[in-house]
Amino acid sequence: MTREEIIEAIKDIIHTIAPDEDLSNLNTSERLRDQIELDSMDFLDIVMELRKRYGVQIPEEEYKELATLDGCVAYLGPKLAGKSLKVGV
Amino acid sequence: MGDTKEQRYFKGSTDGKAPSRTDPLKGAKERYDLIVIGSGLGGLTAANLLARAGHSVAILEQHYNFGGLATWFKRRGGHVFDVSLHGFPVGMKKTCRKYWNAEIADSIQRLDGIRFENPQFTLDTEFTRADFTDKLVTVFGLERARVEAFYAELAGMNFYDDAGETVGQLFERHFPGRNDVHRLLLEPISYANGSTMEDPAIAYGIVFSNFMSQGVYTFQGGTDKLVRAMKAELEKNGVDLFNKVQVERVVVEGGAVRGVLAEGRFLGAHAVISNANLKSTVERLVGAEHVSPAFLAGVRGVRLNNSSTQVYLGIREGEELPWVTDLLFTSTRATFDSPALCDLHGESRTFSFYYPKTRPGSNRATIVSSTNARWSDWAHLDDAAYEREKARLVADTLDALDRHVPGVRAKIDHVEAATPRTFAFYTQHPEGTSFGTKFEGLQYSFDLPKEVRGLYHAGSVGIIMSGWLGAANYGVITANKADAFLRAELPEAPAKDVLVPRPAPLPAPLPQDTATTRQGTTA
Ligand SMILES: Cc1cc2nc3c(=O)[nH]c(=O)nc-3n(C[C@H](O)[C@H](O)[C@H](O)COP(=O)(O)OP(=O)(O)OC[C@H]3O[C@@H](n4cnc5c(N)ncnc54)[C@H](O)[C@@H]3O)c2cc1C
Repeated sequence: MTREEIIEAIKDIIHTIAPDEDLSNLNTSERLRDQIELDSMDFLDIVMELRKRYGVQIPEEEYKELATLDGCVAYLGPKLAGKSLKVGV
Repeated sequence: MGDTKEQRYFKGSTDGKAPSRTDPLKGAKERYDLIVIGSGLGGLTAANLLARAGHSVAILEQHYNFGGLATWFKRRGGHVFDVSLHGFPVGMKKTCRKYWNAEIADSIQRLDGIRFENPQFTLDTEFTRADFTDKLVTVFGLERARVEAFYAELAGMNFYDDAGETVGQLFERHFPGRNDVHRLLLEPISYANGSTMEDPAIAYGIVFSNFMSQGVYTFQGGTDKLVRAMKAELEKNGVDLFNKVQVERVVVEGGAVRGVLAEGRFLGAHAVISNANLKSTVERLVGAEHVSPAFLAGVRGVRLNNSSTQVYLGIREGEELPWVTDLLFTSTRATFDSPALCDLHGESRTFSFYYPKTRPGSNRATIVSSTNARWSDWAHLDDAAYEREKARLVADTLDALDRHVPGVRAKIDHVEAATPRTFAFYTQHPEGTSFGTKFEGLQYSFDLPKEVRGLYHAGSVGIIMSGWLGAANYGVITANKADAFLRAELPEAPAKDVLVPRPAPLPAPLPQDTATTRQGTTA
């Protein structure tokens, strides 16, 4: 997956968890929690959805890598290599 | 079934056994990906999430109702009593929308009135941060900045930097010598999860920030409607539900879960989530021989939370219950101290007034009085003494109620009391604990899978993971761990097939709630 696709993948998951949030202007280097209403349970949902859609396993100690969209790209890049984007599932 | 099996009645804390001729495990598969022991909100929510994630799931519940402490009962005269529907934080709405469905979330409504009445103060509150702040300034005469600082400190508390401070120390630091303020800030939380002045400030802070900030919420339609809706959702997602099934053992071999033994039958499972109490899970269901001595000693040292008493009062059909408030924290005790909240025949209780609005379409009203209570005060009474203490509890409760609703006795045609023995009997929780364990239980609950591969715990624990919201959310936290395990473990798990590029498999259907909300917002 490309950088853009990873961001798209994360946004699509966030959209299912927090459907009322506007995700069009997210800054990729700023913490997601500071830009939209996401609590720790929502982060758990993101982790579970990544596992379900893409088979990505993220150990608990590494959840913090997903704090920003840039962090997601860096951390998930290798794990999502060769996989294709699934949106609107 | 050839033989007649002993089956427990559920008609009070002293009932015995009745024969059952039906097989409660009829239709059960030989093996599941996951078995959930117990159907409290933690167990139900975990089961729902894991079924939605594509795993095969069964729930085994010893009682005939699903829901655990989230329960209700009916009595002659058309009365329906809710046991633990006094109120929960607004967060329950989001939790139900995400992990259940929109219908369930939409039934969650805010209570109209919450009142405190005690020798130190009497006030009505919206139970919001803004209103508590106003009351602390106008009624208690505190400086606004000090109240704001208290709220800010609690909101900023981090679970991982527990400084070892107690609730009492936290209060003394912010509001020294103000027992009245301490009462306002702790009493509701003590009733909600058994917190005391000696418990860690961190546990208090987390619950306070969730609870005493945006009002108190209830489930319109009553607990029966909630559990019915959850059951329908579980069935839709393919969960096999079994009631009246006593799980006797978690079967462990070579350090890993193999399944459970229930009603004399073995059911295989790759993973098991126990919603039973943490201590009974380890000591009774798993057994000392399957965990390390250090872990066992630790679990044995975990303290249980307190139990409760309740008095259920049914208003006769045709009688009207005058408006008082929805939730009343009341006491005749001059000052506040935590242990006194649990006293046998103590002076403090909460009243939940259930007006007809609780179950729209019905014209009936009930009142439920609750106190915190100690197992040791009730456990060893002989039958006569037990009945005597229950009668006194009822009489004291009616006296207290009459001060708020004069002449109420004449309107009541059903009275019944529950004690720690009742809660122990119905849930099998040790010492009838109402809110699981104290704070230290959390670590052992988390660490259980390190002791027994594939075994997880999701039940009230550590103060913060209790109450309707805490239990449901803990079910989600545990489901996430069990899902990670199952996907790594099971060769047929969807996780594996993504590695090989091939025509994309049909995406798993999205849960109803998010799918519908989405259509709503994008339209
Ligand atoms: C009197 C009272 C009032 C309360 N009021 C409120 C309130 O107003 N708001 C709020 O948020 N919370 C309230 N609570 C707390 C709340 O009800 C509980 O914290 C929550 O419901 C617990 O959920 P749980 O998932 O831990 O499981 P529980 O509800 O404790 O259920 C555990 C289940 O496991 C089953 N089980 C145990 N062992 C076995 C076995 N071996 N085999 C099969 N099944 C087994 C039990 O039968 C039970 O159904 C109240 C509690 C009490 C007692």
